[in-house]
Amino acid sequence: MNAFFVMVHRDLLLVMRRKSEVLTALFFFVIVTSLFPLGIGADTALLRKIAPGVIWVSALLATLLGLQRLFASDYLDGTLEQLALSPRSFVVLVLGKITAHWLVCGLPLLILAPMIGLQFDLDNASLETLLLTLLLGTPVLSLIGSIGAALTLGLRGGGALMSLLVLPLYIPVLIFGAGAVYAKSVGLDVAGHFSLLGALLILALAFAPWVSAAALRIAIE
Amino acid sequence: MTAYISHPPFTSQSLQAKDLSCVRGEQTLFANLSFTLSSGDCLHVKGENGVGKTSLLRLLVGLAQPEQGEVIWNAANIKNDLDNFHQGLCFLGHRDALKEDLSALENLMMYAALAKVDLSHETALQCLWQFGLREREDLPVHYLSAGQKKRIVLARIAMRRAPLWILDEPFNALDFQGVQLLVQLIERHLSQGGMTIFTGHQEISITGSRALQL
Repeated sequence: MNAFFVMVHRDLLLVMRRKSEVLTALFFFVIVTSLFPLGIGADTALLRKIAPGVIWVSALLATLLGLQRLFASDYLDGTLEQLALSPRSFVVLVLGKITAHWLVCGLPLLILAPMIGLQFDLDNASLETLLLTLLLGTPVLSLIGSIGAALTLGLRGGGALMSLLVLPLYIPVLIFGAGAVYAKSVGLDVAGHFSLLGALLILALAFAPWVSAAALRIAIE
Repeated sequence: MTAYISHPPFTSQSLQAKDLSCVRGEQTLFANLSFTLSSGDCLHVKGENGVGKTSLLRLLVGLAQPEQGEVIWNAANIKNDLDNFHQGLCFLGHRDALKEDLSALENLMMYAALAKVDLSHETALQCLWQFGLREREDLPVHYLSAGQKKRIVLARIAMRRAPLWILDEPFNALDFQGVQLLVQLIERHLSQGGMTIFTGHQEISITGSRALQL
């Protein structure tokens, strides 16, 4: 097995042993998005309009919840040192951890989104666009988030600092993700939004694992 | 109890520390430290608490950068080819690096996969049994005692085929029999042409071991 799959397999196994941590983030997403229709009432036109923004902001916050755990437990029990000292490429191992994070914190949001969409009375075309933007956008959230998690590793109160570091970097994903759904609902072309989200994903894939790995090496020094 | 996983002997290799200096904050822990380790050598690093034993080991494995000096592995600075150096290195830190939610067997298999060791289920079990973990192999690690956890770590060292072992306080938490097992393990490693550097406050007699007082 190569390094990437070793890491993904191990992290998924750990999540299966301790499901509550992941379920917390997912329930957070469901509850926050459900509060808006309940609070605003049955104004379907308004709900349809705010749906993309609300769902995307909730997705950002739910991803943040999971990020704190990304490297923390490996750091505390000394595993991170062993990963850095293994003959495997550290960057690939870090990418494996980020992928595992996306599989448990990003991918389930896609599966939940149709259900959330119902509450906002989203039509099929908007829902489809929403799912596609989440598919392209949530990996970017995990990738960029890993940099924040690595930089604040071992700091007291690192969680709050990480949110401050990472949330501004999420703004482009939020703009193009939510923007695509809105554009689709008013009949505009959304190819541009998808191209930009795709570009962000490629950019994040190309840089984030290296930057995170470098930050982790500093954290364990 | 001596039927460890057998490896063919190692080819001749060497680790050299050249004029190492380590500074923590404003305090110089040690300066101009030099030594050479070749195949079959064992170094016992001794010294009081806080004198820099762990810092020295972290410099040697490349986790930290020395203030001055360099670490040479087979005539090349380790900074230049970390992956190659780590291929030949087995490091034990002062934390066990075991996942508490996974079983002893799963932990061992995971490290085998990380270290590119093709470890079968049976060999892994045997390896754990040799270190007194029979019928403990499927328990989550958080049910085990500190000494038992240390024994998993020993199994992890034994299954790796790495010529250089750098062990930080490996004898801590082990009972008398555990200490004997580890001494045997190290002596066997040395006789195959391996190298070991370890720290510890106990009086440990390993044939061919020399002491480095910090």
